[in-house]
Parts: sequence; structure tokens; C-alpha cells
Amino acid sequence: MAALDRVKVLVLGDSGVGKSSLVHLLCHNQVLGNPSWTVGCSVDVRIHDYKEGTPEEKTFYIELWDVGGSVGSATSVKSTRAVFYNLLNGIILVHDLTNKKSSQNLYRWSLEALNRDVAPTGVLVTNGDYDREQFADNQIPLLVIGTKLDQIPETKRNEVLTRTAFLAEDFNAEEINLDCTNPRYLAAGSSNAVKLSRFFDKVIEKRYFLRDGNQIPGFSERKRFGGGTLKSLHYD
Amino acid sequence: MSFLIDSSIMFTSQVLFFGFGWLFFMRKLFKDYEVRQYVVQVIFSVTFAFSCTMFELIIFEILGVLNSSSRYFHWKLNLCVILLILVFMVPFYIGYFVVSNIRLLHRQKLLFACVLWLTFMYFFWKLGDPFPILSPKHGILSIEQLISRVGVIGVTLMALLSGFGAVNCPYTYMSYFLRNVTDADILALERRLLQTMDMIVSKKKRTMFQRGEVQNKPTGFWGMIKSVTTSVPGSENLSLIQQEVDALEELSRQLFLETADLHATKERIEYSKTFQGKYFNFLGYFFSIYCVWKIFMATINIVFDRVGKTDPVTRGIEITVNYLGIQFDASQSVLTPISHIVYCETITAFFPSSALQGMYFVSSVLLIRMSMPPEYRIIITEVLGELQFNFYHRWFDVIFLVSALSSIL
Repeated sequence: MAALDRVKVLVLGDSGVGKSSLVHLLCHNQVLGNPSWTVGCSVDVRIHDYKEGTPEEKTFYIELWDVGGSVGSATSVKSTRAVFYNLLNGIILVHDLTNKKSSQNLYRWSLEALNRDVAPTGVLVTNGDYDREQFADNQIPLLVIGTKLDQIPETKRNEVLTRTAFLAEDFNAEEINLDCTNPRYLAAGSSNAVKLSRFFDKVIEKRYFLRDGNQIPGFSERKRFGGGTLKSLHYD
Repeated sequence: MSFLIDSSIMFTSQVLFFGFGWLFFMRKLFKDYEVRQYVVQVIFSVTFAFSCTMFELIIFEILGVLNSSSRYFHWKLNLCVILLILVFMVPFYIGYFVVSNIRLLHRQKLLFACVLWLTFMYFFWKLGDPFPILSPKHGILSIEQLISRVGVIGVTLMALLSGFGAVNCPYTYMSYFLRNVTDADILALERRLLQTMDMIVSKKKRTMFQRGEVQNKPTGFWGMIKSVTTSVPGSENLSLIQQEVDALEELSRQLFLETADLHATKERIEYSKTFQGKYFNFLGYFFSIYCVWKIFMATINIVFDRVGKTDPVTRGIEITVNYLGIQFDASQSVLTPISHIVYCETITAFFPSSALQGMYFVSSVLLIRMSMPPEYRIIITEVLGELQFNFYHRWFDVIFLVSALSSIL
């Protein structure tokens, strides 16, 4: 439980997609009874067994930082949010399966978190090649989660799931589709639980075991090697 | 023949407005959300279209564009339709959507929507009682009754908004009120915020750890005894930690809002240093003087019990135009209501509610009617019936003053 062993995973997405419910489900295995609008950032902790079932099993505390807001906010709000994007180890992108715009906005969310200094443009980038280039050399593991699965009628399900599969491919990430008010989607042993576990394992691996404990920087830090303008606050 | 031409002109303009309203809805109001039910959008666009048509008709009236009888006909038609939509359909749909959001009443949606609607109609009617608008000549379901009520609500709303805007506007635009924010301030606040988040995280980790300890069933006899003696302070600790976490979370929210505020102020300071910023700042000074003048005039109107004849803007324009030697009839005082409207619209936010918008437009019409000179009043009086228009102007002044004063506080 040392203060140095920090594994930080951001949970990003549009307002109202269900990030707080999801985080609550992931951390407490219970459904959130009274979801309310998140102001700023709310953090929760999940206990994860790295490499479960093997002799190298070890327990980690993963911090899930649930950042509220919308991509179209004013620059001042974005710069305030940017304070939470320091020292990331992983990102969970959450979108609402009943709302196409929330999945389109995920591109902007991920760019905001990874670049941290991209000026907001009005253009949504949906060209597949462009996205793959952006995310090809990304070292931070991503996971795409679609919520409100129960609100999609059976007839439309296939269409929606194919669309989200493309989305996940663009990010080079796994995807999980669930309903945050039903814990059975993440029941132990289900494919969703396996994907989740794999994602967290990847996060921990990249954090600790790939580079002798040094943290992997995001886009901006790699590009600006001598950058003295980084306003990062070190918590070593 | 001319009637057909006029009607087709009106109709095309209506279609244009409808399209415009649709686009506006899609682009501005619902940028980030998918519209699930197109009914809302349709109603909004229709209301918007009819409101614009009404406005258009007034302008035609003054400029004398179309044929008089066809104008009259369109006036009546427009008014009826708008009132119908405003008073009947919109509240019904609002009630319907509200009810369908409450999960309990899902079964009898329609029934409850009707009940809500009837309640609304009842209050709507009751609203008219204390005001001197009931004329003994007309029946209950006449147009005049509906218009008068809608007018009252509309005027009230507009006055409220204008009053609020009059005080808010100088505050927003003038850089005099901007505090000085440095980068160091922002950094210090951000550091505090992150420290608070770290504390929350460590406390939550401790909670999980202790909960995990309690859950790991202790083995053996001594283990069981230990669990008895240590679990009691353990759970007490948990609730204590939980309280601390709640307090810290509240603190983190406050700090976040403060930081966002500082960022916004810094941005405004930077903006005010650019040319655009300086230009707006200058305008802001003028506007604020105008606002203060309006408040002053409203007070005088009430105190000395007179109805305002012309607006300072119109007076100013009159003087300048007369000076330039152009034959400008002061009866073209459509400028007064237009300046009213422009003023109100530039200083208030646009409400995404079709009911409010409809009422806004109807009340604008009434005010325009108020300021129009006698010659043009004939046609309109036939349509709108006899209403006490002086009353409306007085009411506007009162509400304007009240809202301005309350927003100063």
C-alpha cells in the first residue's frame, strides 16, 4: 500500500453516458443507486489481482479518475481539466450506445487527454487512416466501453455492435458493451470480465515491468524533450 | 388574384422560416445530443415559423406592402394558429414528456398528461383574474381572453429578462470589474486541488484495505478472537474515514470550480487586451449607460404615473434624421419596439423552450402595437380586440424595475 505504487486510469466520456455508474460498478461490484452530475473529478479505487491464478499474482490498487464535462467546453474549462491528465497509465473511453454523437466525441476526448495541448477545432476526424496513425504509436492502453446496452432493442443490436467494433479498432483497443445497472455483465468468468482483467494487466505491465519502473510518457512529453513549459506537478 | 399572390408569398416565407428554425434547432441547441423524438423539433420549428411570420406581417403593415384585406386575413389566421399551438399543444407535450420520464406512471401516460394539462389550463385561467383585462362584452373562449393572458405572461418574462440583463450586461462587459489573476495563483490552486485528490485516493485505499482485512476470514481460534476485538474499532474507523472522504470530495469540487473560474478570468483578461476585446469594452460602456438610463426612466414612469411615449433611441434617431433634412415621419416609430427587441435579445440568453419563445413573440407584438401611432392601429385593433394597452406598458416597467433591483443584490 505504498504511496509510490500509483496506477492511474482515466475514465473519459461525454456527460450522461454513465461514467460514474461504471466506476462504481467496477470498484464496489454494486449498482450506483443515485447517479448525479459529476463536478470536477471523482476518484475511486479498484482492487485488481495482477496475473491472477499464476504464481506471480500480486494485488494492486488501481485509481479510476472519473473526469466530468463535455468536449465542447470553453478553453478555460479544458485547461482546468488538463490538471487531471498528468501521469496517466491507462484510459477507459466510455460512450453511450444509444447516442451516436457520444462515440464520435471519443476521438476528441482521447486526443485531449493524450496531447493536452490540442486547440479545439470544429472538425470531427473520422477518417480511419488518420486515426490509426495517431494511435499507432500510443503507449497508453485504451479500453472502449459502451453503456446502456439494455436500452437498445434486439433488432438494432447487430448494427450498433458492428459500429462499435469499428470504433474500438480505430483506437486499437478492446471493447466492452454493458449495462451499468446490471452487475451480471461483469460477472467473474464472463468474457467481459476477462477483457477487463486483461486491460488492467496491460496497464500494470506497462507501468511497472516494461521499463524498470519508469513511467511511460504520453505524446506531449515525448515530443518536447527539453520542454520547460510543462506544468506537470511531480508526485514521485 | 392579388390575394393568391399574397398568400403564396406568405406561405413561402413561412416555409423558409420553418427550415431556418429546424436548422437552428439542430445546430445550436442540440449539438451534442441525438434527437430521439422528432415531434419536439417539429413543434419548435412550427412555432418559430409562425412567430417570424407575425413579425413579418407587422413590418408589411407599416411599409404597406401587401393588399390590406389579405393582410387582415393572414393576421387572423396566424394569430389563431399561434395561440392554438401555444396554449394547447405545447403544454400538453411538455406534460407528456415529463410524465414519460417518471418511471412510475409509465402505464397511463396519456391519462396523466391530460391531467397535467388541465391543471395548467386552470392556472392559466386564474392568472387573468387580478389583472384589468376582463371586458364584460366578450365571452369566455374568445381570442381576446387568450391573447391577454399570453400577453401578460410574455410581458412579464420579457421585463424580467431585460431587468436582469440590464444589470448583468455592464458587469460582464466592462473590464473594470476584472480581477488580476496571475499564473502563480492558478498553479497554487491546482496544486491544492491535486493534493486534495491524493488525500481522497489514499483514504479510499485505506478503506478498501481495511474492508479487505475484515473480509479475509481470519483462521484459527486466536484469529476469531482477534476479529471480535478489532472489528469494532475497524468499522468505526471506516465510517469516520468515509465522512472525511465526503468532506474532501466536497472540497475538491469547490477547488475545481474555483480553478475553472480563475482560468476563465485569465482568458477574459487576455481577450480584453485584443482589439476585439477593446471594441466590446467600449460598447459595454455605452450599453451600461443605456441600461442605467432605462432603469432611471422606469422609476420615473412609475413615480410620476405616466406612460412612456418614446424611447430615447427613437428620439435620438429622430433628431439626427431631422437634422439631415429628410422627411422622416415620427410615426415610423417601429424603431421603438425594434430597439426594445434588439436590446432584449442581445442581453439575454436564448431559451430553448418553444413555449417561452412563442410567448415572447406575442408580447413583442403587443408592445409594438402599443407604440404605434393611431393611423395604423385600426387594422390591428379589429384583430386583437380591445385590450388595455396602457396597462401593459406600466406592467412592463414595474417588472423591469423589480428584476433589475433584485439582480443588483
